Amino acid sequence: MEQILANGLYLGAQYALIALGLTLIFSLMNVLNFAHGQMYVFGGFVTYTVVAQFGLPFIVGLLASAVTLAVMGALIERFLFRPVIRKSKRDESTMLLAAGIAFFLDAVILLLFGEKQRGVPKIVNGVFNWDMRLIMPYDRILIAALAVALIVSFILFMQYSRTGRAMRALAQDRMAAQLMGVDVDRYSMIGFAIGAMLAGLVGGLLVTITGVNLGMGGPTSVKAFLMIMIGGAGVISGAIAGGFILGMMESVGLTVLAAYGDITYLVIFITLMIFLAIRPQGLMGKPWG
Amino acid sequence: MTQSRLLGVGAFLLGVFVLVPAFIHLTGRWDFYYTLTSVALLSVSAAGVWLTFYIGRINIGQGAYALLGGYVSAILMTQGGVNFWLTLPLAGLFCAAVSVLIGVPILRLRGVYFAMVTLVLTEVARLTALALPITNGAKGITSIPLPGELSIFGLTLIPDFATLENPKLAFYLMAAALMVLTYLVLWRIVNSRLGHLCRSLQQNEELSASIGVNTAMLRVLAYAISSFFGGLAGAIFVAISQSIYPSSFVVSDSVNFMLYCFLGGLGYVFGPMLGTLLLYFGWDLLSVAREYQLLIYSGTMIALMLILPNGVLSLFDRKGGSK
Repeated sequence: MEQILANGLYLGAQYALIALGLTLIFSLMNVLNFAHGQMYVFGGFVTYTVVAQFGLPFIVGLLASAVTLAVMGALIERFLFRPVIRKSKRDESTMLLAAGIAFFLDAVILLLFGEKQRGVPKIVNGVFNWDMRLIMPYDRILIAALAVALIVSFILFMQYSRTGRAMRALAQDRMAAQLMGVDVDRYSMIGFAIGAMLAGLVGGLLVTITGVNLGMGGPTSVKAFLMIMIGGAGVISGAIAGGFILGMMESVGLTVLAAYGDITYLVIFITLMIFLAIRPQGLMGKPWG
Repeated sequence: MTQSRLLGVGAFLLGVFVLVPAFIHLTGRWDFYYTLTSVALLSVSAAGVWLTFYIGRINIGQGAYALLGGYVSAILMTQGGVNFWLTLPLAGLFCAAVSVLIGVPILRLRGVYFAMVTLVLTEVARLTALALPITNGAKGITSIPLPGELSIFGLTLIPDFATLENPKLAFYLMAAALMVLTYLVLWRIVNSRLGHLCRSLQQNEELSASIGVNTAMLRVLAYAISSFFGGLAGAIFVAISQSIYPSSFVVSDSVNFMLYCFLGGLGYVFGPMLGTLLLYFGWDLLSVAREYQLLIYSGTMIALMLILPNGVLSLFDRKGGSK
């Protein structure tokens, strides 16, 4: 039981971090970022390149991922989403754009990094073993701790920094924020950059454990959508809750339902659909409430 | 106005049923038949997605119904020995019935929430097909017979496909005919009372409810019609490929259906058809570019979005002004 819980927490910490970026972008711009999974994979590959190819320390790779993805996110917002949002008649048009970007990133990843599964050597060796009841490699613990630290610092940033406050205002009411003198364009761009950066960071963190490959992007996006649906789209606490809940459900489901074959995800999805039919806005409801 | 419209429809039918086969005969590009058949059947499915867009819902779950329709048709044919032509409407109706059950609770959701639930629905359909015994799991259902003879009182309307010397052409004509029928129905719906009511839903649901439109009923109806098209497309797919697997229609297919609608233009009935043709056929033609195929394809898609965010058909808006 302890093992299942620990696995769930470990998964949840990563999932929450992915969901945070997605929910941030959604709340600021009302864009469902289909390319989020691809950004995550891209981040993983950047870390892999820096660490495994150039032989630099892991932390440098992580920083490189963060910077690359932040720049990419900012450019995507500035040159793609902003003009389309301005010109299009219906909000949904951004979904085509996002899906196009997802395909594009897939193509770029294929050309730059190839289609092989890539990973970097373990950053810490050894296994934590508590009386055979709870076994967890140290590197997983480290990654989970880093993920939690990142989540906490993100929340603090959103709560107390000037930028964070501006973005929260933007999410609550775009028009009102603009009237109060918030530079809407600038903070949309920063928000998108931070969202993409978080995706890149998770990619960088996970490349040390599970590795990355080209095909991971799409399924990761779907999982991230699930998490923000559970918690309520556009809510930070909701994204975190959703991430941990999904991680826990996966961990428990894989153990409990193993006897019935490969139906964990089927059960999770059906549960989710029933849940959403009863409570459409997810756990936390309204944006940034 | 009506005359020019009739002329346009005539030209379109001529192109689809005469010129395209003639062109393929002349150039000998028999592979185009397969591609164009796929375009026709995918655009049937996309028509359904478009209809849900028309009531203001983003539907990324059409793959689920295509898969369901395919399985219904396949199981009826292999285990019940039912004629394919009978399974075609049955698959559609079955999907419509299922979509009513699913639609009643989830159509209360809006915007991104509805989109994401339908996305999950596609995944549920795939996993269910994997888990159920009747669908034969990951092995799928294979060696499904070709469409048989369709006759009324001994009069053969459609010959048995197995006796034809050129089944590719037959499949193409079948899919194209169904596509034309689908869009005829769609066009009729949009230009009817039902279409006006759907437009009122798209613009403001509360307002239309307040003036007495039965929004809940209308939503489910539109969704059921949409799923009917999805099931139809799935059944055609089964007839053409003679096999179906849980992975025949997956999330990316559902997303693609949505993209076809976007690219063609959400405000135009024939948008999804054009979108399907451009995206699917374009993808096929781009295969000469090898590893750069996806790069060029997605790059073009993004560029199109930047230039024409309201769909390709919005190009013609400026000239005519009328739909």
